[in-house]
Amino acid sequence: MSEEKALIFEMSKPGRTAYSLPPSDVPSPEASERIPEGMLRETPAELPEVSELDLIRHYTELSRRNHGVDNGFYPLGSCTMKYNPKLNEDVVRYAGFAQIHPYQPEETVQGALQLMYELQEDLAKITGMDRVTLQPAAGAQGEWTGLMMIKAYHESRGENRRNKVIVPDSAHGTNPASAAVSGFEAVTVPSNEQGLVSVEELKKVVGEDTAALMLTNPNTLGLFEKEIKEIAEIVHEAGGLLYYDGANANAILGKARPGDMGFDVVHLNLHKTFTTPHGGGGPGSGPVGVKEVLVPFLPTPVVEKGGQGYFFSYEFPHSIGRVKGFHGNFGMLVRAYTYIRTMGPDGLRQVSEDAVLNANYLMKRLETHFDVPFKQACKHEFVLSGNRQKSQGVRTLDMAKRLLDFGIHPPTVYFPLIVEECMMIEPTETESKETLDHFIDVMIQIAKEAEENPEVILEAPHHTPVKRLDEVTAARKPVLRWQKED
Amino acid sequence: MNFRYLPMTEADRREMFETLGIDSVEDLFQDIPGNIRFQGRLNIPEPMAEPVLTRHMKRLAEKNASFDQYASFLGAGAYEHYIPSVVNHVISRSEFYTAYTPYQPEISQGELQAIFEFQSMICELTGMDVANSSMYDGPTALAEAAGVASSVSGKSKVLISRAVHPEARAILTTQAKGLGLEVKEIPCHDGVTDLEELEAASDVDTAAVILQSPNFFGNLEDLSRVEPIAHRHKGLLIVSTHPISLGLLKPPGEFGADIVVGDTQPMGIPVQFGGPHCGFFAVTKKLMRKVPGRIVGQTTDEEGVRGFVLTLQAREQHIRREKATSNICSNQALNALASAVWMTALGKVGLQELAKLNLDKAHYARERLSRIDRVEPLFDQPFFNEFALRLNRPVAEVNRVLFKEGIIGGYDLGRDYPEWAGSMLIAVTDMRTKEEIDELARVLEGLS
Repeated sequence: MSEEKALIFEMSKPGRTAYSLPPSDVPSPEASERIPEGMLRETPAELPEVSELDLIRHYTELSRRNHGVDNGFYPLGSCTMKYNPKLNEDVVRYAGFAQIHPYQPEETVQGALQLMYELQEDLAKITGMDRVTLQPAAGAQGEWTGLMMIKAYHESRGENRRNKVIVPDSAHGTNPASAAVSGFEAVTVPSNEQGLVSVEELKKVVGEDTAALMLTNPNTLGLFEKEIKEIAEIVHEAGGLLYYDGANANAILGKARPGDMGFDVVHLNLHKTFTTPHGGGGPGSGPVGVKEVLVPFLPTPVVEKGGQGYFFSYEFPHSIGRVKGFHGNFGMLVRAYTYIRTMGPDGLRQVSEDAVLNANYLMKRLETHFDVPFKQACKHEFVLSGNRQKSQGVRTLDMAKRLLDFGIHPPTVYFPLIVEECMMIEPTETESKETLDHFIDVMIQIAKEAEENPEVILEAPHHTPVKRLDEVTAARKPVLRWQKED
Repeated sequence: MNFRYLPMTEADRREMFETLGIDSVEDLFQDIPGNIRFQGRLNIPEPMAEPVLTRHMKRLAEKNASFDQYASFLGAGAYEHYIPSVVNHVISRSEFYTAYTPYQPEISQGELQAIFEFQSMICELTGMDVANSSMYDGPTALAEAAGVASSVSGKSKVLISRAVHPEARAILTTQAKGLGLEVKEIPCHDGVTDLEELEAASDVDTAAVILQSPNFFGNLEDLSRVEPIAHRHKGLLIVSTHPISLGLLKPPGEFGADIVVGDTQPMGIPVQFGGPHCGFFAVTKKLMRKVPGRIVGQTTDEEGVRGFVLTLQAREQHIRREKATSNICSNQALNALASAVWMTALGKVGLQELAKLNLDKAHYARERLSRIDRVEPLFDQPFFNEFALRLNRPVAEVNRVLFKEGIIGGYDLGRDYPEWAGSMLIAVTDMRTKEEIDELARVLEGLS
């Protein structure tokens, strides 16, 4: 049985409070003595009035209706739902990190600047790039930042006609969207039968109007673009640049570097590869690394080290300008830094080796029960197709809902778009073999249910706080807020 | 060195190799061509054991002067306010912070409901019909709003007041290059937007008029006079605001704003060197389907029970790709949750009380500091919790003296407004005591 949870507004009762403010120690005349009447609020905002225990019970109950990595396995492809270390959460709350202002004089925040400088250096080494900016707030913002730098680069060379950005048909949706908001036209290049960028097709679309190719490597099918050197040559030859979408960087730490593959710009998702928590949708952090040719265009400020210590440099005359308020999502930088210092070079390499091993192990053990569209070794993630089960009357969406009954978050479904009934599975390196084996058992059981008892899947989930929700009505007759009844 | 986040034992790995029919993990990396396979070790520092790393991080943190040790009068877009203890307790529940975007609503009802409540609270505060689930921060929300205005109006010119935060204007300038917008800055007069200049610049090609109130100098803009100018030529009125001020001030929605943006940082989010904070984005019903980012909507499940889902997704990049209203994917959900908890804790009455404290303390400070010889207010306008003072000496120098006395001084206005070199922007929030304000006055007096 589904159970409804009251809204916090519905628990409100005038007179209850959950705050404590000191009495004013300065003169406190009526606000109207200081602010013109027409600018003063007449009706107060209807915020809830509850006691502190009401508040805590409400949010505790909400948290129990939510599934995170700490609750159970979360093999959501391309999202890298690995463990979020607790130490990182402690460190970021130190007053010296949490209670400092971005406009304090540089000499009073040397620790923060040192951390940012060292993180820039580490990320440059990890990606094989020359310089890094930590400003972008998320992967998509990193993409936009990188593309704006590419735009500025071409313009600086008088090549304003380069208005096309090439993206594979397996790309994340943010790639074409970022191209559009950067003023480019997105051109799609199809994948070949092996699930890789078709070099032949690429040659057809590359030309004088090519600004860049955006590529995820390994791609969203979990496959390494083996011909990347040739691809890079084709694009560079035509005068374009190469953008690396770092969403899948968890596969290559210490094993390969985008800089060595021929990429000119890279973004990383600290909330994927470097363990900063996803927070239910954010905040993230999307540092961008560039090769020497793009350094003059970096957004400012960039942290540098001089004789007097660390400082913010604005000395980038061709900078694309600012992309984010203040200095980026600093709190996420502190967490990522702490993680990198926990792991070191051998630890990071082991991360990718285990992530890849785990994905291949899952794929191997599931291959007789589900269709595997691409049979070669995968990297940190792989895709299955639910086509066989579809013919038995059960769709991928239904199987995803059935997984919820086992306390497992489903894989990414129906993406990438080029695989029918797609399930994209990314176990990450922080899961044990026992967890992987349990997942395999559950998946095999679901495959069996599809053959023998599809109803149990079609009616899933059975054990969640609510059943399947009516998304069509939600979009057709939107109710997007609570409102006080008159 | 052992790695506590990696559970695989050597025995586990060997078993898995056997299943895969391989001898070593290297066999799984054969698809990376030899000439680009990374040889050797990454040139980054060696790992640190937990106690060693904890000490290292404490040392780094101690190299920063924090509000714990200093009384801060810095604002300029990031403010130290009261944060009830409950906020950190709620956002530390890992069911919230270790979850992804709620793509599977049946096991994400907690996050979805919390964000639905957040959206409702933002609508209440701003006087708008619809709010999204969050943006990266206030400045990027403002730039996105300009993009929305351009796309709904089919026009490309935006007018932005010079009294809008300099960083927001800088980001808008960057964004404008991608979106093909023409940005025109409107000058100020006595610390508020010059409305005659605004009126003169506004024409049929204007997609939006963008103002901030309280503006960067802390002054309140007369939105009742701005609204007709913005709408005369069918452009949108975009207002950026400080959410706590709305405990006292008439919300932009009541003045006819079409889009209201800002940052919820003052509501329960530590300043933390400028991020992560949390942008908000609220609109009229008419613009509902043009909003960037995630939106949570109410619906029912198969049994008719109320539940929540991500909705109106046809606007978003994962569906529309290059035709999306924005490229935003990750947002600032956990910070939105922090602000929702904060707004719940303060509640209807607490928010008004807190806003009044800010108003009173800032007015006391302005009056007290203005009595100092050679110190005078830069502007004469109604203001909320921040104001500008002419010090008639280099602000950096003054701040060095203040720092020695345990005070983090205000923002050097000369950084962005050369004409006001020697003037300081001072924020006085509920966290400052009369004693601290008097101490600031005493040190400044010593300089005169």
